Amino acid sequence: MTWDPTCVTEELVVNMGPQHPSTHGVLRLILRLDGERVLEVRPDIGFLHSSLEKIAERLDYRQYLPYTDRYDYLCAMANELAYVRAVESLLGVEPTPRCQWIRVMMAEMNRIASHLVYYGALGMDTGATTVFLYCFRERERILQLFEDASGQRLLYHYFRIGGLRNDLPPGFCEGLRSFLDEFPRRVAEYDALLTRNRIFRSRTEGVGYLSPEAALSYGVTGPTLRGSGVSYDLRRAAPYYVYPELEFDVPTRPEGDVMARHLVRQEEMLQSVHLLHQCLDRLPPGEINVKVPRKLKPDPGEIYVRIESPRGELGVYLISDGSEKPYRLHWRAPSFHNLQAYPEMCQGAYVADLVAILGSLDIILGDVDR
Amino acid sequence: MLSFIANWLRDLLTAWFQAWHVPLVFVDILAWIVGGVAILILVMVVALVFIYLERKISGYIQSRLGPERVGPWGIFQTAMDALKLLQKEDIVPAGADKILHTLGPIAFFVVGLLGYLVIPWEEGGTIARMVDAHVGVLYVLAFGSLSVIGILMGGWGSNNKWSLLGALRGAAQMISYEVPMLLAVVCVVLLAGSLSLSTIVDQQKTLGLLSWNLWRPWLWLPVILYLIAATAEVNRTPFDLPEAESELVAGYHTEYSGMKFAFFFLAEYGNFFLVGLIFSVLFLGGWSSPFGYPDPLRIPGVIWLLGKATVTVFFLMWVRWTLPRLRVDQLMSLCWKVLLPVGFLSLLIAGTAALYV
Repeated sequence: MTWDPTCVTEELVVNMGPQHPSTHGVLRLILRLDGERVLEVRPDIGFLHSSLEKIAERLDYRQYLPYTDRYDYLCAMANELAYVRAVESLLGVEPTPRCQWIRVMMAEMNRIASHLVYYGALGMDTGATTVFLYCFRERERILQLFEDASGQRLLYHYFRIGGLRNDLPPGFCEGLRSFLDEFPRRVAEYDALLTRNRIFRSRTEGVGYLSPEAALSYGVTGPTLRGSGVSYDLRRAAPYYVYPELEFDVPTRPEGDVMARHLVRQEEMLQSVHLLHQCLDRLPPGEINVKVPRKLKPDPGEIYVRIESPRGELGVYLISDGSEKPYRLHWRAPSFHNLQAYPEMCQGAYVADLVAILGSLDIILGDVDR
Repeated sequence: MLSFIANWLRDLLTAWFQAWHVPLVFVDILAWIVGGVAILILVMVVALVFIYLERKISGYIQSRLGPERVGPWGIFQTAMDALKLLQKEDIVPAGADKILHTLGPIAFFVVGLLGYLVIPWEEGGTIARMVDAHVGVLYVLAFGSLSVIGILMGGWGSNNKWSLLGALRGAAQMISYEVPMLLAVVCVVLLAGSLSLSTIVDQQKTLGLLSWNLWRPWLWLPVILYLIAATAEVNRTPFDLPEAESELVAGYHTEYSGMKFAFFFLAEYGNFFLVGLIFSVLFLGGWSSPFGYPDPLRIPGVIWLLGKATVTVFFLMWVRWTLPRLRVDQLMSLCWKVLLPVGFLSLLIAGTAALYV
């Protein structure tokens, strides 16, 4: 058979999503494909837009708190932390030491839980279904602890302005301690099952490269940025609460590929375990709540508060006009900014890489669309 | 046992037909029909059982329970699922090629069944005793490679880009992995000196377990080669690219519902079990007892064969629930750059062994 020069291949335009098993929610990717090769990716976001910022303008400061849980639903504690810190700063309220320690503990536990979902989901995206269920088995123990403390498994509403809903329940610290003792062994198990697997390595190493310069210019933060070799962690760069007193590493990897981001998150889980051990050792006794007025009317002004959520820099920009309701609230959503670098990472990728790269970004559509 | 039943049936029919002065050729025709139906039932039952087993085993591997609601330990779950699929609406997507869309699952299913015809279920024969089994190896491989047509039909006829991508992946993958699989099987054929599956088993029966092909060092490469290539042939993880859920939604059967989907699903497990059967025949002594010949336990050969195939299938399930999926370029380079040279090497080794051992 001879080659027919009139025979040309056609480009294929495919909609990946919004209904697709591995776009992590309702993300729509418009793909231009040449066979298995990806020529162009255009993310189309907004399918999960829920007006969370606008809703804040018609609720008072306390009423809005449960809504913060619902926006990045995998790290509700981090959202609450950011919002509560913003409102407390506007009011000029300083939470009690015990409250600060517990808040940090909760945020770190939530980091582990969120990274576990990421870990399993990346395994799922690359075709390894088993590690997903292993991760969820461990996550279940954290959720159980959250449920003991707050009565909720996902959307906790545990932090209150000026304190917490309640103190830690009896048995909480023991339960957490036993989880922390067991968890590093589990991470070693995932490491052997997924990370060190040859197929997984060949699927992730050198895939989805993001240079440090590009990462910084896109505003990428969190483990995705640290996977590109930039050591930037708000717990270190702009410490809040008790982080200056705690000892921890900021894991970074220079490679900038899917595997680098994966290893950063894996190491971060272990760092969180280390942090939680310190928190448990040093948790001070005392009050958890400070008195705040029944009607919250911060002085007119604006504030931007940022924390390190599992996905990166989570910021709350809050303007008060002196009334009971925020004049304007804006979330600086890490997933939204991280997603912007996605087309850049997908240059020259295969269809299968798209999924792995998206998994390594660890986006939450509730966070992207708000 | 099977040949006893078959012979008894045949004798009975011959007697009746002679009494009614019917030409004896109808006995053969009737025997074929009976045999065909028997295979159909066998494949259906095997598929149902293995879907159930897969769910239980994956549950065990993934530290969950698997089906447990319908019947004791959930054993009726897959039967109920099949019933549910029977009742489902049969949807042909708009703009689809109706004929191809319908023919796809049928072609896939039928081709999957045909491979079963030449399996030597026990001493002396195949289930229907109707296929000339002297070229059984060739026949099985030929029909194994035909199943790609059903996938292409389904993927092309669905008018869905994901299906098309899945079908193209399937075609590329199944045709490529045919080659190393063939090389692995040819090694066994070289040593056996026969293309007949029965002969291959006959040569492994004398000392039971000890005379299996599996223990011959010059066949170790083909064993590995066959397992890898056969996994790719039946599209299972780490080679499940044609239906890669996280990439292509469901690949070539994205647009299928109801019984057409069930056909794809059942045939997939039918093919999967066929791989186990052929592996047992080629390397694990087929129907022969592992305790020597004749079988000291007097267990029918068909039981041994099914047992050995089940063990093989279990191993492949274990692999499936452990490994991630390869990417399409890695799949191809594994086939052409690794497995093919290894195949030639093992052919050389097996040929040398056939000459001098």
